[in-house]
Amino acid sequence: MNAAEPRPSPVDWNALRADFPILRQEVRGRPLIYFDNAASTQKPRAVLDALRRFDECDHANVHRGLHELSSRATAAFERTRQRVADFLGAASADEIVFTRGTTEAINLVANAWGGKFLRAGDVILLTEMEHHSNLVPWQLLAERSGARLRFVPVREDDGTLALDQLHALLTPEVKLFAFTHISNSLGTINPVAELCAAAREIGAVTLVDAAQSAGHLPIDVRELGCDFLAFSGHKMCGPTGIGVLYGRAEILDAMPPWHGGGEMIVSVTLEKSTFKNAPHKFEAGTPNISGVIGLGAAIDYLEEVGRDRIFEHDQGLALYAMDRLAELPGVRTLGPRDRRGGLVSFVVHAAHPHDVTTFADQYGLALRGGHHCNQPLMRKLGLPGTARASFYFYNTREEVDGMIAILAAAERFFA
Amino acid sequence: MNSELEDLYQEVLLDHAKHPRNFGEINEGGVHVHGDNPSCGDEIHLHVRFGKEGRVDELKFTGQGCAISLASASLMTVKLKGKTAAEAAEFSRAFREIVTTEVPDAAPALGDLRVFSGVRRFPQRVKCAVLPWAAMEQALRQTNGEATVSTETDSGGS
Repeated sequence: MNAAEPRPSPVDWNALRADFPILRQEVRGRPLIYFDNAASTQKPRAVLDALRRFDECDHANVHRGLHELSSRATAAFERTRQRVADFLGAASADEIVFTRGTTEAINLVANAWGGKFLRAGDVILLTEMEHHSNLVPWQLLAERSGARLRFVPVREDDGTLALDQLHALLTPEVKLFAFTHISNSLGTINPVAELCAAAREIGAVTLVDAAQSAGHLPIDVRELGCDFLAFSGHKMCGPTGIGVLYGRAEILDAMPPWHGGGEMIVSVTLEKSTFKNAPHKFEAGTPNISGVIGLGAAIDYLEEVGRDRIFEHDQGLALYAMDRLAELPGVRTLGPRDRRGGLVSFVVHAAHPHDVTTFADQYGLALRGGHHCNQPLMRKLGLPGTARASFYFYNTREEVDGMIAILAAAERFFA
Repeated sequence: MNSELEDLYQEVLLDHAKHPRNFGEINEGGVHVHGDNPSCGDEIHLHVRFGKEGRVDELKFTGQGCAISLASASLMTVKLKGKTAAEAAEFSRAFREIVTTEVPDAAPALGDLRVFSGVRRFPQRVKCAVLPWAAMEQALRQTNGEATVSTETDSGGS
């Protein structure tokens, strides 16, 4: 947003909520309270319409058809690539690779970059708060390459990274530092720019898992100073099965392809092929075309609202939820208060997270209970898991109040 | 109060979850099976000592988990102590049946275990109820030593 422009009028959050048809329903006779946005967000009418319009009017394969529909589909597809580049502050659309999601984006880097540049004895630095999708690909790579994994610890008291240990961990053997922007289980926002700067000092490549942040706060990859950044469409109002890998041009150019097939080649003989430049050399086969169209519509929608305002709204809701949860004597919240994204993880003393979640579901409240794909972190915190409420801009304080009433009933039920 | 919830979390079940019976370890001998339900984080360590003719002489467990898995383990130990291996296997089969399908005339022999019939309306919670039984089935298969079972690789007791 241009700072010189007058600030637009305050957002009418209730009007935005009305854009989401799925939210207008009852579950088991109660109004749905959807607090599982960290797992997947819902789609506004604008995205649903864009998907339908594309499939009804413009669908064809991209990049190779010499006919009108293919031209339209290709133009819309590549326009979205530019839209994503702008959304991330990338220097060029050539730095945007479409993937199935965050997981595939990270696997792409682990295979294509890791396969070429990592050697036995090198170190991959991660953190203890990574989602399994930013841990398991590196474990597989370490096994193949003989590289070792090392972890920035999570402080047990406030769920932040032990940054005082960072410089000791960033030894010259570290070739890659991969970490999450916002923890999906604790809500912690990591200081990405600071982490990237520290890694750059020793020449390590950085990868940011932005699955929980891309649709939730403004991101500028050049300000952050990262080499790679990955996110998923379905956690930011878009469809499932579409995601993005941002890679700095110089690094993408140096990487070999990962998957082979159509779309990514220049010429093929029976013995050998030559490949297109990035990003196309990383997009073998027919891509998820309508997924890309839906992602573009989601970005348009989010940019209209403004990610800075979405962040303010969601963080405000998370802090409100923390205050209200503190009123329940048998409930403990996890993670920091400052630098927190729009989610709250908590433990109900009287009940296991799955019992809490099943109970809540009976009252139309969608929570997530369990380890949140963070088994090592839960083990470290000595928890079987947590219950988690994760918010988006269409959620309201009244819904948080509804959750508190349901949790109070759950405490009585299981006590 | 919501009736499906009361059906799932019946008083007997909640009582066993809060005050699990036979919670502990068998110090010497017997089988030790570690059961794991990774999708939930439920974990059970089942200790079984078999006596003459494969009778279940001693049966204890430790672990952590939701109310359903804890109560299932607790009630299982109460039910199976003193039973023959064949009887234990039959209980296991009948238990798996009532948590997955509508059984209008569940065997009265199941007794308190019938409180788990409410689980079948919560498909995501079936694994929690079955975990201790999967561990028991493994114990019956090997009768000594240690093993690990997981609900993610559970083949349904066959």
